[in-house]
Amino acid sequence: MSELFWIFFSTLLVNNFTLAYFLGLCPFLGVSGKLETALRLGLANIFVMLITSLSAWLLNTFILPYAPYLRLISFIIVIASTVQLVEMAIKKLSPDLFRALGVFLPLITTNCAILGLALFQTNKGYGLIEGLVYALGGGGGVTLALVLMAGIREETRLMDIPKLIEGTALNLIIAGLLSMAFMGFAGLFSTI
Amino acid sequence: MQQNENTQWGTFLRGLWAENPILVMVLGMCPTMAVTNTAINSLAMGLATLAVLIGSSVLVSLFRKVIPAQVRITTYIVIIATFVTIIDFFLAAMAPAVHKELGAFIALIVVNCIILGRAEAFAARNGVWLSFLDALGMGLGFTLSLMCIGVIREVLGSGSLFSIPLFGKGFEPWVIMVLPPGGFLVLGFLLLGVNRLKYRPQGAATGRIHKHDKI
Repeated sequence: MSELFWIFFSTLLVNNFTLAYFLGLCPFLGVSGKLETALRLGLANIFVMLITSLSAWLLNTFILPYAPYLRLISFIIVIASTVQLVEMAIKKLSPDLFRALGVFLPLITTNCAILGLALFQTNKGYGLIEGLVYALGGGGGVTLALVLMAGIREETRLMDIPKLIEGTALNLIIAGLLSMAFMGFAGLFSTI
Repeated sequence: MQQNENTQWGTFLRGLWAENPILVMVLGMCPTMAVTNTAINSLAMGLATLAVLIGSSVLVSLFRKVIPAQVRITTYIVIIATFVTIIDFFLAAMAPAVHKELGAFIALIVVNCIILGRAEAFAARNGVWLSFLDALGMGLGFTLSLMCIGVIREVLGSGSLFSIPLFGKGFEPWVIMVLPPGGFLVLGFLLLGVNRLKYRPQGAATGRIHKHDKI
């Protein structure tokens, strides 16, 4: 149990996918303009990650031992079809959200965080439950980073910022500071 | 003929500066920052991406008339994944040390937006030779920008370049530079510099920079 707890919090805070591993930066920089949208994209991310983790485990256990060179290709196909599924579901359930997420929804396919999750899970040799907890922590971490970033960016819009730094340069520097703050969590586990 | 040569040069040069994938289009961020803590890793990553980019662009361009529009993205991804698998195995065999250092990030080249972006935006609409030039230009632009970040981070963060110490013992390394925040900060300030170069001096007062970016 404590093992699972550790996996969850270390991926959520210490090894945060976005801020420590630089995974999923495109939506992190692209969709973090509004808090609401950021939160929902984060939730979509968690969902895709959970399914990916499950499928990666199935593939790893039953198919890939026989054909290891198919690893990347099979992972990416699973992810692409999951994203397609989520896209159809969101389009049906909440057309507004579908419009708000725009091109970034299909782009979850090329979101490194998802493929990264599947690969790291494989490299670490996690089982089914551990993998799912890992996905939950990873997705939660991505969502946390997205929401924090969106909150800060909503504030910066009200401020007087030199034109030169506005846009991506400023976002990256904010991300750098956020990442620095998250480094503080590294002490979390050595002290227990 | 002259015109033709101009187009070719233009296609090649565009990736190096005007549409530099990292510094101008801000694509392919994830592998960019994860591996740029030393110059040598940046170089390896850049070259691996360059190879995958050239391979997939040429192949997509060859098959562009055959691939049905509905499944084109999936097809591109499968083509890219194939090349990445090849490079992954190649590096594991030829340069195990580098392969170990880069780890899962070699596999993550698959989801590098630059490659899919070039396949969709260029290779699917142009002939093989032009696609090759475009991929070469973009790949070199990517590699050079990675090197730029990698060199800054290694020099400041470890006080060395390609593992050769540069400064005397008195130098206190800026450890933060080789850690994750350093990646964000260095790229942030590099973009600031690029903006300064591109929009001086009248643009500096008016230009919002990344409005016109395509995804």
